[in-house]
Amino acid sequence: MTQLSHYLDQLLFVAVPYVALVLFFLGTIYRYRAESFSYSSLSSQFLENKQHFWGMVPFHYGILTVLAGHAVAFLVPRSILAWNARPLRLYILEITALAFGAMTLVGLLAILARRRSSSKLLRVTSKADWVLYALLLFQLASGVYVAVSYPWGSSWFAATASPYLWSLAKLSPEVSWVAALPWVVKLHMLNAWLLIGFFPFTRLVHILVVPNPYLWRKRQVVRWNRDPRTARLIER
Amino acid sequence: MDVRSQVSMVFHLDKCIGCHTCSIACKNVWTDRQGTEYMWWNNVETKPGTGFPTAWEDQEKYQGGWELKKGELKLKSTGPAKVMANIFHNPHQPSMDDYYEPWTYDYETLFDAPEGDDQPVARPVSRVTGEYMEVEAGPNWDDDLGGSEIYAANDPNLDALTEEQRQQLSAVERLVMFYFPRICNHCLNPSCVASCPSGALYKRGEDGIVLIDQKRCRAWRSCIAACPYKKTYYNWQTGKSEKCILCYPRLETGQAPACFHSCVGRIRYLGVLLYDAERIEEVAKLPDDEIVEGQRSMILDPRDPEVVAAAKANGIPDDVIESACKSPVYRFVKEWKIALPPHLEFRTLPMLFYVPPMSPVMAGKDGDSVYHLTDNNLFHDIDQSRVPISYLAKLLGAGNEGLVRYALRKQKAVRLYRRALTVGDVDDASAARALREADCTVEEAEAIYRLTTLCTFDDRFVIPPMHREEAIQMIEEPHGHRQSVGFGFTAGPKRGL
Repeated sequence: MTQLSHYLDQLLFVAVPYVALVLFFLGTIYRYRAESFSYSSLSSQFLENKQHFWGMVPFHYGILTVLAGHAVAFLVPRSILAWNARPLRLYILEITALAFGAMTLVGLLAILARRRSSSKLLRVTSKADWVLYALLLFQLASGVYVAVSYPWGSSWFAATASPYLWSLAKLSPEVSWVAALPWVVKLHMLNAWLLIGFFPFTRLVHILVVPNPYLWRKRQVVRWNRDPRTARLIER
Repeated sequence: MDVRSQVSMVFHLDKCIGCHTCSIACKNVWTDRQGTEYMWWNNVETKPGTGFPTAWEDQEKYQGGWELKKGELKLKSTGPAKVMANIFHNPHQPSMDDYYEPWTYDYETLFDAPEGDDQPVARPVSRVTGEYMEVEAGPNWDDDLGGSEIYAANDPNLDALTEEQRQQLSAVERLVMFYFPRICNHCLNPSCVASCPSGALYKRGEDGIVLIDQKRCRAWRSCIAACPYKKTYYNWQTGKSEKCILCYPRLETGQAPACFHSCVGRIRYLGVLLYDAERIEEVAKLPDDEIVEGQRSMILDPRDPEVVAAAKANGIPDDVIESACKSPVYRFVKEWKIALPPHLEFRTLPMLFYVPPMSPVMAGKDGDSVYHLTDNNLFHDIDQSRVPISYLAKLLGAGNEGLVRYALRKQKAVRLYRRALTVGDVDDASAARALREADCTVEEAEAIYRLTTLCTFDDRFVIPPMHREEAIQMIEEPHGHRQSVGFGFTAGPKRGL
């Protein structure tokens, strides 16, 4: 039995992550090069503009904050542990994280309700969108559930998930860091890998083309024939 | 002096008969695909009216164009400061409700319906959902003042009128309208380009045509809110914005754009203008009462040796400069000063100019008899036009009535001059006086007359050589493509996953 669960862990937390990462990088790069036309946020605000705000805004601000939290805990786990050494600071961090997680979940539910409420929107909702919604919903629901049921996640993430992720990054996977975690947490992690692997096949690719240069480019854009550099941009 | 060339346009509103042939020509060529059914890159509006999309001129609602803040030009809607705040939900984006839901009819029913007591009818079917729908709006819902009490009454340009003028405008004896065809203005200071977070919109350096790079557009939707003329449209199917491309594939092969070519009233003129790009920002910042003349002063004389030298130094080919010398747009805008840009107060410096329309002869009603209101029984007094000058000035002169009055007075003088020549019921002296008062010489009057009424295809459209062969050499090695089927990519516009 333990042997079996060992192999299962190897499969789900070593094999699946690497497959997902390979898919992610190859998929997004290939898609950008071969089908750059398909890189779009596919906004549907044009078709439905009343409920749009109530889903999109909480969801996006929520997910950005939550993802940033995960990233910080992964990158600088010691600093997080040091911050959490004082109970008050721990409470502040946990409550903030939970609030943003809940906001994201509420946002996603509003998005789903909106999608289902308008026949115009159903017309532009693909199968990939529904799969993505299912994965996201599970991810957010399990995340909020874990935050409530297994408190102080900001600390134990730094002590379990962070070293596990680093072991993956260093190409010497060490499943033992997460083997003993509760099954909900494990499902949350597994689903995250599925999302990453599925990423190139969804509209999520719009995250990769967030418009940073806008902030420092010139306001007006002019393209000339005789400048070969910009002329080639038209082709790509 | 940074001389650039711009393919520019003049629409002669006095000649527009509102037949919508231009719109149909454009639709058949460019926007008959799914996701574009509702788009009218070219549309014809009835004025007074709210236009398409509804009340597009109301920048309180849509926040299009530029505004001056502490002497700086700022985008009214989403500039750099607000781009991340507005990217998830753009508070100023019009939705399909502001345009209309495109539809067709289930014509098959007329043939397939089972036998019954009633005639079968073709019901409207949405071209978005494919379901039956109620038609509640269309691209020309207030055409010819239809329902004007409800629709045209909301025309933002009516704000310029006094209460009395507004009342008069809706009196049956004084009802008046004119047509206002619109395409993308291919502005010199385009707010759509400036607002695009992805840098997908750009102005072509050689001819000034404003385009959207379909492979770079990510549907952030900023351009739609930012264009004060609402001439970028969102394709809900491909998730990309699209706009009038001034039929550049036609221009590059020496043909007039489809809407120009098909114009029944021959109201459209196209030609090159040379302008000083160094002055764009300075002119865009001018106060409303100076901006129209400011824009006019940016346009350079292609016969001036200094301008020609600077143009050549900037790489403008000789044949383009030659083309600029023959440009009908230059004559209307710069020489004769009878064509004016629409809503220059939005500060995008549009390069489509309009000759303001003359109003119908003014008459009043006394009991059952109709009589002329003015002494001049051929043409009315300009200042008593049925379309109040203040209305035209709001639309075409950034509020400057003098500019509109000048353009109308000159048109009227040309008519009186021709009337004296051909009909003879105007005496030569009063025709000459009218010309003098309108700041118009006999030669000029003759030229205006010829270009307005006797113009051939080649008079109206002086299409410059576009020299795209140079662009292709930049993109592809021509020898590598010998015996193949052409250049460029062939991928269709497929919606992303």
